[in-house]
Amino acid sequence: MTDKVLMKGNEAFAETAIRAGCGYYFGYPITPQSEIPEYMARELDRRGGAFLQAESELGAVNMAYGAGAAGGSVFISSSSPGIALMQEGLSFLCCAGVPATVLNVSRCGPGIGGIQPGQADYFQATRGGGNGDYHVFVFAPDRLQEAVDLIYEAPLIADRYRNPVMILADGMLGQMMEPIVLPEQRPLIKPADIPAYKPWTVTGKADRGGKRNVVQSLYMQPEDLSRHVEEMYANYTRAEKELARYEADGLEGAEIVFVAFGTTARLCRETIELLGDRGVKAGLIRPVSLWPFPYRAFDEVGPDTKAVVSVELSMGQMMEDVKIGVNGRKPVRLIHRVGGLVPTSVEVMDEAIAILEGI
Amino acid sequence: MKRILIIAGHYGSGKTEYAVNLAVHAARTGSFGYKNTAVVDMDVVNPYFRSRERGGLLAGLGVKVYGSFYGGSVTAEIPELSAEVRAPLEDKDTFAIVDAGGNESGARILKQFAKYFTPEDAAMHIVVNASRPETRTVSGALRHIAAIESELGFRAEGLIGNTHLLRETTAADIQRGYGLCLAAGRAAGLPLVNICYPSGIVDGAGLAGIEAPLMPLDLYMRESWLDK
Repeated sequence: MTDKVLMKGNEAFAETAIRAGCGYYFGYPITPQSEIPEYMARELDRRGGAFLQAESELGAVNMAYGAGAAGGSVFISSSSPGIALMQEGLSFLCCAGVPATVLNVSRCGPGIGGIQPGQADYFQATRGGGNGDYHVFVFAPDRLQEAVDLIYEAPLIADRYRNPVMILADGMLGQMMEPIVLPEQRPLIKPADIPAYKPWTVTGKADRGGKRNVVQSLYMQPEDLSRHVEEMYANYTRAEKELARYEADGLEGAEIVFVAFGTTARLCRETIELLGDRGVKAGLIRPVSLWPFPYRAFDEVGPDTKAVVSVELSMGQMMEDVKIGVNGRKPVRLIHRVGGLVPTSVEVMDEAIAILEGI
Repeated sequence: MKRILIIAGHYGSGKTEYAVNLAVHAARTGSFGYKNTAVVDMDVVNPYFRSRERGGLLAGLGVKVYGSFYGGSVTAEIPELSAEVRAPLEDKDTFAIVDAGGNESGARILKQFAKYFTPEDAAMHIVVNASRPETRTVSGALRHIAAIESELGFRAEGLIGNTHLLRETTAADIQRGYGLCLAAGRAAGLPLVNICYPSGIVDGAGLAGIEAPLMPLDLYMRESWLDK
């Protein structure tokens, strides 16, 4: 019997988070990810964890802040407008050094927007929608198996850097079905083991001879806050070196190089085949990490390339990072759709040919 | 073939793909003796991948899709059904394929139309996909069949075997799913109406020994680029 099962994205994300050892989930339903709180409500208690439906996403992220400060491995999920509500909390989590796994099954915006897929949370995710100097680590899978693998790894990264990790999956990934192999169940950490595993948390005062740990994001003395932010950024510098990930295909001799993340990258692969049939060689850079952005990928773009094209379900948000990566060596162009529309591979091909003809 | 055919089943079992394929087949082969074929999309659970998204394809074949109030606005996330959905259920000349939402919660939506689901006019077929975690075992499949029947208060008349892993499907997967459906069908007293396999992906030669009608399915609901 095959080890593969056919799962819907949201089910697979939820099941993987449990198997990754995330014992605490706080959430509030929103399309297109409501299957996740539904799944957690059904599964988490009986698997030894705890599910709590918050009164809003603002409540959910702050519950995660509290449970994470106490040493729990926390998972929260929402979709774009709900993630927008969580931004204040993400800033607090980063400042206080509280790890968490955050999933955004993104839809189109701005505002309430629509429920169809979108990628216009790129700035929100990579630049930080909350206040102050901070970064959330962001990974963008393009298929369910990669999403499963990244969600399974996310708590380890979050704990290592004491910083939230976000998985940015568009609504298409949340709703589609694919065959996947689920990872093994990682043990949920028992409260008694927290002080040994996470000595910085507020849990375990008795083990520390009565000494209290303080987890906070408030620093009233400018020198203290300055020192703290500098330390956060030393951590981010390390992350930039260690966490930048990408996939590059067919760059050698490519006339045109597409840059796309998530499901849009899959669309580009079909476009690349169509262009190949017409004798136009095209390549693909697929950032897997969006923060840190894999700028070094663009060093691989060769002399034959006439244009680098960011293909996005947003108005050119990722293109800003593409421009930084290309650093003026090539023209950078945009192919985009918004509003929940997804282009066909033929439409992307036609626009790509028009770009090449215009250069 | 009874005039109203309810396609029910576990969430993600492939009801919609089956319903769309059956509608295409019916439209091309004379609607099983009725004048028209219609699809009634009663899935108010899923926000994406609903049969109404294939309204254009079906309209080209003369199949009308009923479902939402909002007509062309197929992407609205409003758990509503148009009063229009009664038309194909009442029209004696229409072969109506009812695409239910998943699980017993999907079947619950259908209860308001129970008066149309008489044993003379209507049949329910339950789709079973042995690649789905909850229906990988005979007992899991039986639990779902019982839950749907109990919720709707209507007995199923047959099972549709729809075990697959999309483009990774092998003949062995189909055979395994067939074995599971056969066992579940025996236990529940239900015949196997069709054993489905993805067209162009699984070679028919590997399906020898399956003693049930075989139905190739085109993957209408799956965009080709998703498999790049």
